[in-house]
Amino acid sequence: MTTRAVQFRIYRYDPDKDERPYMQDISAEVDSNDRKLLDALTRLKARDETISYRRSCREGVCGSDAMNINGKNGLACLTELDSLKEPIVLKPLPGLPVIRDLVVDMTQFFRQYHSIKPYLVNNDPPPERERLQTPEEREELNGLYECILCACCSTSCPSFWWNPDKFVGPAGLLAAYRFLADTRDQATNERLDNLEDPYRLFRCHTIMNCVDVCPKGLNPTRAIGNIRDMLAARAV
Amino acid sequence: MNNRIVVGAHYGLKDWLAQRATAAVMSFYSVFIVAILLVLKPADFEIWRSIFANGPVKFFTFLFALSLFYHAWIGIRDLWMDYVKPVSVRLTLHVLTILLLAGYSGWIAAILWRL
Repeated sequence: MTTRAVQFRIYRYDPDKDERPYMQDISAEVDSNDRKLLDALTRLKARDETISYRRSCREGVCGSDAMNINGKNGLACLTELDSLKEPIVLKPLPGLPVIRDLVVDMTQFFRQYHSIKPYLVNNDPPPERERLQTPEEREELNGLYECILCACCSTSCPSFWWNPDKFVGPAGLLAAYRFLADTRDQATNERLDNLEDPYRLFRCHTIMNCVDVCPKGLNPTRAIGNIRDMLAARAV
Repeated sequence: MNNRIVVGAHYGLKDWLAQRATAAVMSFYSVFIVAILLVLKPADFEIWRSIFANGPVKFFTFLFALSLFYHAWIGIRDLWMDYVKPVSVRLTLHVLTILLLAGYSGWIAAILWRL
């Protein structure tokens, strides 16, 4: 089997050892079966086990291996190795505190996600089987429920960089709209009240970096627009 | 004041809608004024003066200016909210921005109604 060397430039930072972060030039030997960036990272990890990154399912479902790849956020497991210009520059997701190398502290991100109450609120007694929806009602949830919370979108959003403590961010707002769009949910008004805020919702300036980077091809900007339309429909 | 993060001011929708409405006014005015200038082709000051001395043009121009200032208020306020963290500095900048834009509004009224 033919092998070739892939050049990397990786952000390294071990707070126990390093005074400040630095970029490390390193190469990995990959063979023709190594199709995705994550495959090459696995090779790299075998060579230098101190390189840290998160990964789990290796097929774009868990959202663990989000990182900044050649300047653009994405999932290592979904990024074709051949599509990348070398040296492949890998950095942690921008705007979040770095724990070590490519591993970031996502507390802030999940705090915003939890703030929108990402679960169905329905106070009716549960039916014997499931709460039913018509196919049309179910259709409205497409493009919303698929989010895997990898944080690629929120950490590419300048508004989230400047106000991560106050702006819900594209991922959180997409999830918020997922429950606003759900006909089984009964907390629409409370959800809208919770979002009607100059920081929480209206920090979105329609930059659309979120749409550009989403590895699942979702459109948080459209969801945010729909939330604004709902607020307008309620107020006008 | 403690350092807890407080959100929930319950405004923003009106400003967001106003930003769109004022943008629409400004685009209509731009087309309108360019059309007038293309038709009348003002060659000297007297023709320029007479265009803006005309009642509806004056009114529409003033409306354009007010739209511009309100639009700018929302945009500049967003800028201060994004980048200026100390509340006292932010509040001061908000007040100064409002005063400046209010001053501009009076100024453009004075210019237009002097014609």
